[in-house]
Amino acid sequence: MSHVPPTPDAAAARIDVVNLTARYHGRPAVADVDLAIEPRQVTALIGPSGCGKSTLLRCMNGLHLTVPGASVTGQVLLDDADIYAKDSNPVEIRHRVGMVFQRPTPFPTMSVRDNVLAGLQLGRRLGRGAPHDEIAERALTKAGLWHEVKDRLKAPGASLSGGQQQRLCIARALAVEPEVLLMDEPCAHLDPISTLTIEDLIREIKETYTVVIVTHNMQQAARVADTTAFLTMSAVGDPGRLVEVGPTERIFSSPRRQTTEDYISGKIG
Amino acid sequence: MAASTSASAAHRGLPRRMAVNAVMTVVLGLVTVGVVALLLWILAYVARQGLKYLGPMFLTQTPPGDPSQAGGGFANGIVGSVVIVGIATALSVPIGIAAAVHMVEYRGRLARACGFLTDVLIGLPSIVTGAFVYALWVAHFGFSGLAGAVALGLIMLPLIIRATAEVLRLVPVELREASLALGVSRARTIMAIVLPTARSGITTGVMLAVARAMGETAPLLLTALGNDLFLEANPARRMSTLSLQIFSNAITGFATAQARAWAGTLTLIVIVLVLSVGARLVGRRGIVRSAR
Ligand SMILES: Nc1ncnc2c1ncn2[C@@H]1O[C@H](COP(=O)(O)OP(=O)(O)OP(=O)(O)O)[C@@H](O)[C@H]1O
Ligand SMILES: [Mg+2]
Repeated sequence: MSHVPPTPDAAAARIDVVNLTARYHGRPAVADVDLAIEPRQVTALIGPSGCGKSTLLRCMNGLHLTVPGASVTGQVLLDDADIYAKDSNPVEIRHRVGMVFQRPTPFPTMSVRDNVLAGLQLGRRLGRGAPHDEIAERALTKAGLWHEVKDRLKAPGASLSGGQQQRLCIARALAVEPEVLLMDEPCAHLDPISTLTIEDLIREIKETYTVVIVTHNMQQAARVADTTAFLTMSAVGDPGRLVEVGPTERIFSSPRRQTTEDYISGKIG
Repeated sequence: MAASTSASAAHRGLPRRMAVNAVMTVVLGLVTVGVVALLLWILAYVARQGLKYLGPMFLTQTPPGDPSQAGGGFANGIVGSVVIVGIATALSVPIGIAAAVHMVEYRGRLARACGFLTDVLIGLPSIVTGAFVYALWVAHFGFSGLAGAVALGLIMLPLIIRATAEVLRLVPVELREASLALGVSRARTIMAIVLPTARSGITTGVMLAVARAMGETAPLLLTALGNDLFLEANPARRMSTLSLQIFSNAITGFATAQARAWAGTLTLIVIVLVLSVGARLVGRRGIVRSAR
């Protein structure tokens, strides 16, 4: 199997979440969500802690179902094909829909270079003759990390700074050339400079990818997202629900729902 | 009002609590010093007795045919220990790691039963394991090094399962999820991410299990039996080990044989000590290490 780089336009899929309810041990964490994620746009998920943003995000690549006791009903359509259909291959789905987590998670036994290539090598998606070094360089360049690490590709991935580690994880996710990139509070543990670097990066990669980002930082949503979806739950213990979704500007300037306005003006959450 | 009463009561109790604290500190300190002194005394005593006879001859020769004679060594026991413990390790490590992976990574249907059995097996007296292997194997096919290796493997197995399961649980879920999210299968994630991350912790557990097996004697009496006459490296036949030779030489009344037993004891202690210290060093270097 040889590595065929897809044309840039081939990437970027759309996701349609249809009537989705996600449960842990039978208890819904997020319920009845209908949400369209447009390709080559950044969609932000905002809402108070515990409203199910991470759960919803993890439903979009099927990672939710790897948690013991977790289940879903409803559909997540990736380019019109339900990822929860019986004949869909979860490994293939996770390959097409990449993810970056809140905490940087470089693989501790691997060097910077091997971290970037991990998805391709472990997924056996690279032929023997594939240009490993070029692929690693391309991914690191896209993640804005190449110049900082080009002299320490053999150093352990965990030896980088927190912000560099997070960009390493982004490079690692981009190296497998996914169609969608899910980001769960990717800047939560980073300093303001690293945060801005990653925001620039998000604006850049949305040219070729579909990006969904969970954030607690309203300014961040306003800065990077084209579309913003607000979720909340009516009481602690109740499942989160989608309240409102629309162009980011409109959500922040003239929200249609009172709860949205209360949340973005800092009255709740 | 109530608050101030209880506060002053607590204040009145303070000198007494400080006195109790001081006494307990002294008592615990003395106990600790006593335990350490006892261990050092044992080590020093074994070293003094063992060094009287330990030397190149002891490590390279077999014992004399007549145990009352002086001279000779435990070369056959050392070789036997290496062969038998080596086979036991080769048998128990893959099975033990596979069982731990099943328990922790797949939470399979057998996981609970496996965890329970591990706890039971760890508490089992080793002579019972020896008797079990005797009844099932030795009674039909005779004594052999291999039977001894199976018995030692059964003793090592629960230790390896428990140590491995412990370190696997310490590998962060986030690492597994990061790998899965790249489109890597579950099995590959375990082989390429989880096990390498836990490697030093697993190695520590294996080395401690090997150290434990090195010192076992009772189950070997019922399986490998021992062979004080000549060097035997074929595990299909009855074989000696260091621990068996210490036993057989120590129970004779001859000072000559007891001198050999002391030298053997010192050799065994050094081997176990090296393995334990090695286990600790490997563990300290590691990314995810065991709690111990
Ligand atoms: N592994 C799990 N097992 C059981 N319940 C869970 C699990 N993960 C999340 N939950 C529950 O699901 C609900 C939604 O959690 P989720 O992590 O999706 O919220 P969130 O919006 O991402 O919160 P935060 O902003 O704090 O990250 C919460 O009530 C949480 O307790
Ligand atoms: Mg979250």
